[in-house]
Amino acid sequence: MFNLARNELYRLFLSPLAWLILALSTLILAYLFLTHIDNFVQIQAKISAIAGAPGVTELIIVPLFSNTATILLLITPLITMRLIAEERRNDSLPLLLSAPLSIYQIAFGKFFGTLGFFIILLALICLMPLSLSIGSAIDYGVISAALLGLVLLVASFSAIGLYLSSLTKQPAIAAMTTFSGLFLLWIIDWAGTNQMAGESSGLFNWLSLLRHFETLLQGEVNSSDIAYYLIIISLFLTLTIRHLDSERLN
Amino acid sequence: MTTTTLLKADGISRYYGSHRAVDNVSFEINKGEVLGFLGPNGAGKSTTMKILSGNLSPNTGEITINGYDLLSQPKQAKAHIGYLPEQPPLYKELTVIEFLRFCAQINNISPSKRSQAVNTVIERCGLTDVSNRLIANLSKGYQQRVGIAQAIIHTPAVVILDEPTSGLDPIQIREIRQLIRDIATEHSVILSTHILPEVQMLCDRVQIINQGQLIFTDTIATLSQYMQASNLLVTLVNPPSITTLQELEGVITAEQVSSNRFRLHYHPEHNPTETLLNKAVSLQWKLTELSPEHHSLEDVFMNIIQHESSAKPESM
Repeated sequence: MFNLARNELYRLFLSPLAWLILALSTLILAYLFLTHIDNFVQIQAKISAIAGAPGVTELIIVPLFSNTATILLLITPLITMRLIAEERRNDSLPLLLSAPLSIYQIAFGKFFGTLGFFIILLALICLMPLSLSIGSAIDYGVISAALLGLVLLVASFSAIGLYLSSLTKQPAIAAMTTFSGLFLLWIIDWAGTNQMAGESSGLFNWLSLLRHFETLLQGEVNSSDIAYYLIIISLFLTLTIRHLDSERLN
Repeated sequence: MTTTTLLKADGISRYYGSHRAVDNVSFEINKGEVLGFLGPNGAGKSTTMKILSGNLSPNTGEITINGYDLLSQPKQAKAHIGYLPEQPPLYKELTVIEFLRFCAQINNISPSKRSQAVNTVIERCGLTDVSNRLIANLSKGYQQRVGIAQAIIHTPAVVILDEPTSGLDPIQIREIRQLIRDIATEHSVILSTHILPEVQMLCDRVQIINQGQLIFTDTIATLSQYMQASNLLVTLVNPPSITTLQELEGVITAEQVSSNRFRLHYHPEHNPTETLLNKAVSLQWKLTELSPEHHSLEDVFMNIIQHESSAKPESM
């Protein structure tokens, strides 16, 4: 399973796509990071007098991580689209299917390989806020919670992307459906919150990927949010395994 | 000689929708045997190969590989098979050596033995010169070799090769056949093809599949009997009248193909070649061509199908 994950990661880095995604998303986030710092410097003088005013963590790091989540939403489909769809297209899937591997090992291997890539990306992005610790005090608790949130978020993205990639032979279709699916889950709570009554739809709220991420971003680690992500991940991994298995039968 | 059955397929059937691609096929392969699967395109060869390699599940029937049931113990069973599909399954962005190392990993070769297994297989398949090149840049023949290397890296008991020579040029075909013969010394091989001479050259036993059903299972020698040509093509510069040819001993009918080319149909047990040669010399017919006419695969199929339907099928 880990051999498979390692191979997946290695092959990812053989394509220019992975490098390009790493470089461009770091570039965009670095620019956003600078604008957040700029904003902070401008208002710093005004808020420094207020006791308990938001600091560097709240005004720079949390918005940066929030931007990161949006960027991840955009790039995950590009990474996950090739997972199974491309293997199918290149006729290389029989290699894995006729090896002494069970389907769950194949699905998990691909999942962890993708996750490995995103952890590298997150590690790069993390360096930016950490560089602030040279000149300022930052709240490591909030950062860790937000980072945990990002990892769980991107793991759910990857699981959803993996499943949708297993359904088709065309990577482009996998990318498009993944993007739509993720985006829908991202904004699904809008239907609830837009109601004037104030009492929003509980189900839609609960389904929203963003809603659960926001609490983690504020430094609040609720077991219900973590459970939500774990449920999403295991649901889509199971669906992938089921689908690949049923493909042999039908 | 004691024989060990390595792979046994028992009554496997596979439907695609209502289309029956493989219909109640049963056979077995013994240790050290090369089994040829012969059939026209669309006969169900590839489907059978996919089922044997665990890429497809049969709707009915069971497959036992080296004592393990492929459906209930897939992991153990798959460890004993190597499979090369029609399209070699390769990661073309890797180099040959990287790819084979990965194959060694997923086939559970212990880390200490991996590099040795990779080296052995590179040497056996003649990949030494290209081992550090990207698979994408190799010729089709070399890619096919990498595909074969991938199938034998874990020294499986049974190697399944699905049309290993399709799409190659004649020199590559010869090299791949040589490689298969080489592999056959250590592994049992199941080979599917639609090329008759390939089967004659490589296989000990042959099975003919048509429309999903096994219609013939026997040794190569028996197949050759079916194929024995009972036609002679002759070209004579000074041909006699066609009746003279017809009256030659053993000839059933003589047919004029062109002004001095004839086809002689004869009794299989009564070959008129010698009589014809003697007469041609003594009567100065000036023989310039004498060739036995080979049966094409289609003829053999027709022959066997007719034979099977006239005599009740005894072996299923």
